[in-house]
Amino acid sequence: MAERTVSWGPRASNKLIGTETTRLDGVDKASGSAKYTADMNQEGTLYARLLTCKHASAKITRINVEPAKKIAGVHTVYLFKNEGDDCNWDGDIVAAVAAETADIAEDGVRAIEVTFEEHPHVVDEQDLDAARKAEATKEGIVDRTVGDPDKAIAEADVVHEGYYGIHTISHMCLEPHGAHCTWNNGDDGPKLTARHSTQAVSTTGAQFATKFGLDATDVRVICNFIGGGFGSKFAADEWGWAAAQMSKDTGRPVRLMLDRATELKTPGTRPSGFAKVTLAAKKNGLITAWKSHHWGTNGPQGGTIDGNQMPYVFDFENKRVEVTGIKTNCGPNRAWRAPNHPQLCAITDTAMTDLAAKLKMDPIDLYKANLGQLDKVAQENGDLYRAQLDRAAELMEWNKKFHAHGESGGGSVKRGLGVALHRWGGQSVKCEADVRLFEDGAAQVSIGSQDLGTGTRTVIAMVLAETCGLPIEKVTAKLGSSEYVYGNPSGGSITVGSVSGGTRRAALAAVWKLLDKVAAKYELDGKSLTVGNEAVWSGDKKVCSWKDACRLIGSVPISEVGASPLDDGLTSKLVGGVQMADVSVDTDTGIVRINKMVAVQDCGLVINEMTAKSQVYGGLIMGIAYALSEERIMDNKSGRYINADMENYRLPRIGDIGELVVEMYQPDSEYNRGVVGLGEPPVISTGAAIANAVANATGVRVPVLPMTPKRVLDALKGGQA
Amino acid sequence: MREHEQQRNGPGGFNRRDFLKGSGAVVAATAIATAEQEAQAQKAAAVQGPGKVDVTLTVNGKQHKLSIEPRTTLLDALRDQLNLTGCKDDYDTTSCSGSDTVIIDGKAVYASTRLAIEVQGQKIQTVESLRDGDKIDEVIAGFVKHDAMQCGFCTPGFVMATRAFLNQKPKATLEEIQSGLGGNICRCGTYKGITACALEIAKKGGA
Ligand code: FES
Repeated sequence: MAERTVSWGPRASNKLIGTETTRLDGVDKASGSAKYTADMNQEGTLYARLLTCKHASAKITRINVEPAKKIAGVHTVYLFKNEGDDCNWDGDIVAAVAAETADIAEDGVRAIEVTFEEHPHVVDEQDLDAARKAEATKEGIVDRTVGDPDKAIAEADVVHEGYYGIHTISHMCLEPHGAHCTWNNGDDGPKLTARHSTQAVSTTGAQFATKFGLDATDVRVICNFIGGGFGSKFAADEWGWAAAQMSKDTGRPVRLMLDRATELKTPGTRPSGFAKVTLAAKKNGLITAWKSHHWGTNGPQGGTIDGNQMPYVFDFENKRVEVTGIKTNCGPNRAWRAPNHPQLCAITDTAMTDLAAKLKMDPIDLYKANLGQLDKVAQENGDLYRAQLDRAAELMEWNKKFHAHGESGGGSVKRGLGVALHRWGGQSVKCEADVRLFEDGAAQVSIGSQDLGTGTRTVIAMVLAETCGLPIEKVTAKLGSSEYVYGNPSGGSITVGSVSGGTRRAALAAVWKLLDKVAAKYELDGKSLTVGNEAVWSGDKKVCSWKDACRLIGSVPISEVGASPLDDGLTSKLVGGVQMADVSVDTDTGIVRINKMVAVQDCGLVINEMTAKSQVYGGLIMGIAYALSEERIMDNKSGRYINADMENYRLPRIGDIGELVVEMYQPDSEYNRGVVGLGEPPVISTGAAIANAVANATGVRVPVLPMTPKRVLDALKGGQA
Repeated sequence: MREHEQQRNGPGGFNRRDFLKGSGAVVAATAIATAEQEAQAQKAAAVQGPGKVDVTLTVNGKQHKLSIEPRTTLLDALRDQLNLTGCKDDYDTTSCSGSDTVIIDGKAVYASTRLAIEVQGQKIQTVESLRDGDKIDEVIAGFVKHDAMQCGFCTPGFVMATRAFLNQKPKATLEEIQSGLGGNICRCGTYKGITACALEIAKKGGA
């Protein structure tokens, strides 16, 4: 610090950064004191309930809300759609009713008279022929040939052809989307306060403002805690507007949260993808050609997963990629944790593993044989994958446990191993941090960003405390209000990088100002002073305590705003990551059990080892969910989403996850490159790793995720890889 | 939308109020009603509602007099009337993630699956009872220590489920923890920390 360059301190000098630090808001969350959007019991709050369309495709021929308005206790009805409007999926929102209690609001919803004219629908996202017959496809979304794949396939030592797929899933945020809006008709303060469950505190205000013809400065957005977003909570959304409008109309605060079924159906899904893949290789495992045609749906738009990143992580000299989208009457997509990547991985790494089986190679060796053929992005990861594969193999005891494809011995329960790898960007974006030091010794950082559960609040507190030489309890960290300086929306694994870069920069500037005051008083050179252990130091001589130093500040606090990102080494981009699975498959029942998962994950400089690891554990568990149980199930006949509730939308329970081993990969080279985001990568390769382990155990590829008992038994009956 | 209710009885559906005042025939027509529920419904229909009624709840050792509709769930009564928002509403009706877990007479219960009028006279404990300023229950401390939370939405419910479970099985094994806490769901994936917390407390014989 003495030279006054903006950088992280030497790794060995850190007291907090890199340690396992429990989260600052942990007690508040665990004890229920943390207030989420629906927890704001403002005096006079009205409760809203929604009317949704139960048809996959229909026109509203008549709607009459008057009977609802007549119910005692109902205050207002907001129409999302009018007569003549189309509803495009089961769960499309038609109207909201606000009333004295939620039960009365439901009475109101029931009283609305609405008739629909039903239209034919398409909800099957897997049957390409049927979709083509129904003229629901968008052909040629990607249609690209590089080199001469057919020639390479003809000349190859080995060719593998396979079918793979992964179904649509919902975000299933445990706290549904919604807002608690308070319209202020008085003269003071913002016109509208939206306590909004959002991943974007600093940017949603403008969306409310535009809607209502207000200045953006007239809207305040607050989100101190959010119960899950996973990429689906960036917008004000029409239900947010509805809450605001109803508050404006009634002069009362309005709470509007989506009910569970609507939460699953409407505010976002992860698109599906199904693919036919051909791979060609030399005997030594070097892949010479890739061909794939994939299709799937992202709902009414008619897209599927991104074909421009296929194949995933690897790229081959000869390749052909075709993509067909299917326009369905299913709910629309939104970004879901690492958009496209889990699906791309579940198609690429499964095909590569099947190729390895055909070559009688260990899949790790096959990956290694092709590390010279990484795609443009992954290339920058250099030799990272080799090191991570080796480390993960050690943690998994791969060499001891691995057996050839399908050769797990007798008995009906088969055990096997699988591996997959991923990449992610994670570069920080524009974000400011407002750091203040006060004469009583208090230190505070505030940012208009939010903590999705990744531990952001704790991270910025750690950075501030480290920079000031204070224990973490002595600093304050504030997030979750649009009244703080601009903070980044949390999407793309950018938050920890963005907020910690800005906080470090601002905190250094503030501390330097403080040291100049100390230097002036004690007649020393400010540049020779450092902070640590709640004191100011000149070499190893204590000059004064932190408190004494801060007394020199006077009544005007030191305040500094630091910005991210700047090319100053505080943050970086790009991570790799390797995951391995050890599973047991009961071939009588089709049930897959996770024995153990290993994740080796880099993310540059790790600020909080504890919350970073939690993030990876969470990724593994979400990966287990979409690998084994979680999917949106559409009924072709009725066109409805038939498992849109907590019971039938199957998520793993506490006993379903096996042993989870996580290692943050962090040699000094990682520390030195600065902070990179981590939220998304750990969920990417989990599905492929588990699918590969099931194939290794049974000798049979279960082609489509999630690998429910039925799909496992079907695959075993079909019997071919 | 209370989706399932609507599905069961077709357009218009039926709601809890219908259930309470409904005839035996209506109740029997629903697949899930048991004879006992039917009897209770008949009894309740005879004396309660449809307007507001006086209800007394014993929550965290204190008596609270409320004036609420008989169809009000315990969850809504706790959250909206008593401002005990530690039990979280996941906005499902017929099934539940357990984010609303409370302890009633020693047993973990989803607050959304009980009507407030049903649990009068019973001892209701919410997560708020496990914290008094800086004084916190060992389960809360364990959740923090093992970082058994991310977004935190499922967390208070899981804390209550863990508290009730460890009260019953203070020396639980790993297998018992894995099945005993299987009634709650976390979307963010915090099961490892929760297991570690419960196991640590069970290893020393409970808390
Ligand atoms: S911590 Fe988010 S649902 Fe459990």
